[in-house]
Amino acid sequence: MTDTPKIRLRGLTKRFGAKTVLDGVDLDIAAGHGMVILGGSGSGKSVTIKCILGLITPDAGTIEIDGRDILSMPRREREELNDRIGMLFQNGALFDSLPVWENVCFKLLAQKRITRARARDKAAEVLAQVGLAASVGDLSPSELSGGMQKRVGLARAIAAEPEIIFFDEPTTGLDPIMGAVIDGLIVDCVKTLGATAVSITHDMASARRIGDTAAMLHKGRMVWTGSAAELGQTGNAMVDQFARGEREGPIGMELRK
Amino acid sequence: MTLILNVLAAIGRGVLGACRSVGAIALFALDGVSHLLRPPFYPRLFGRAFLEIGFFSLPVVSLTAIFTGMVLALQSYSGFSRFGAESAVANVVVLSITRELGPVLAGLMVAGRIGAAFAAEIGTMRVTDQIDALTTLSTNPMKYLVAPRLLAGTLAMPLLVVVADILGVMGGWLVGTTKLGFGSTTYLASTLNFMQAEDVISGLVKAAVFGFVITLMGCYHGYNSRGGAQGVGGATTAAVVSSSILILALDYVLTEMFFG
Repeated sequence: MTDTPKIRLRGLTKRFGAKTVLDGVDLDIAAGHGMVILGGSGSGKSVTIKCILGLITPDAGTIEIDGRDILSMPRREREELNDRIGMLFQNGALFDSLPVWENVCFKLLAQKRITRARARDKAAEVLAQVGLAASVGDLSPSELSGGMQKRVGLARAIAAEPEIIFFDEPTTGLDPIMGAVIDGLIVDCVKTLGATAVSITHDMASARRIGDTAAMLHKGRMVWTGSAAELGQTGNAMVDQFARGEREGPIGMELRK
Repeated sequence: MTLILNVLAAIGRGVLGACRSVGAIALFALDGVSHLLRPPFYPRLFGRAFLEIGFFSLPVVSLTAIFTGMVLALQSYSGFSRFGAESAVANVVVLSITRELGPVLAGLMVAGRIGAAFAAEIGTMRVTDQIDALTTLSTNPMKYLVAPRLLAGTLAMPLLVVVADILGVMGGWLVGTTKLGFGSTTYLASTLNFMQAEDVISGLVKAAVFGFVITLMGCYHGYNSRGGAQGVGGATTAAVVSSSILILALDYVLTEMFFG
């Protein structure tokens, strides 16, 4: 493993109107590592990921992937880089106008790495990796349960064998057993691909299962980085309060009494 | 004094907002059209949109055209009979249908059907992250969602209006021959003799423009919708209302250009 981190964020800043969502985020993510970004709702986790994916342009700061600044890159190079990144959206974001097999092989078809005739078989292979039968491929996404949609979303994210995969709250909205199943699949898939995995979550059990390293985002700043296994006993009052889900602590909820 | 200033400020804000929207829509349209010139292309999606606009709108547009032609014959007959000019009924029907009512009424019907459907579909894709998902799957959403629809709208509307023109004239013929006492061949002969290529072509050009505007408004409002079910509902309404008004306004502008 080289010293250059796979992803390096420096001073990432983003405002929406008068609201500062990211206030100078610094983060290094090592290649082949599992990074978990923690933080309450509205702390800027999703915006951070969307900045790296190029869905949102930050106001200031740099984003480097493999040591190259992606914000100053020409569009074509940026698109080529995006070809090597996968993303599992929180609610799956499956295309409901297409059958499952076309969803799974969407990126491969878009990049013309596969013919439509071959895509069905390829989809069956990838679906098997996430524990789904080949027959699921012919269903429409609306016919699937929440857990199955998540698994198809995971299959879609890994089908093109990306180097970096983002997971946006992979276990939110699932029952605990299905959550553990998804986490297991994520760990297996990431290991098989040798990919760098960046997850955002506020599910502590999930964070310990899928993360090597964890970082905590609070009010647009990184307040802590450390080992995911230590969550709950890090000695950082903010992180420990968050990990244990306590009402009293340095993070005050702005509720009207 | 402050009252006057407040009023002026409100007007200014409105004008600035309108300018911003016009600019945003123009840039959106340019972006969409530019993707039609650069590969990859999506013939499958174009075909699906074309079928949706051109084929599945046929029943609505046909019924609209037939009844409009029938009413036109009836109304012009009762009006012209006061001047003893009943024989002009066939001419009035064909002229009104091909120049104006064919493209405008077909446009309004398609705006309700297609503008709303596109805004709702693309809007739902926006609020469920499907548009962001396209970007992460190496696909440009403007190229994938917008460009094929714009092309399909521009090409399908003229074909629909050809059908509307024919059925509108047949509606007039139906009433003329069964109710108003015209001879079948006389009616059709006077229609064909009076009709000029210019009338039909101007109507088809209008149709192409309307088709572009309808799909543009549907895509633009859907693409920029925000905030869940309510946002998608708002986008759908905005798409139908704005494309309907633009059809009527552009109809005047185009008529002025052709015949002014």
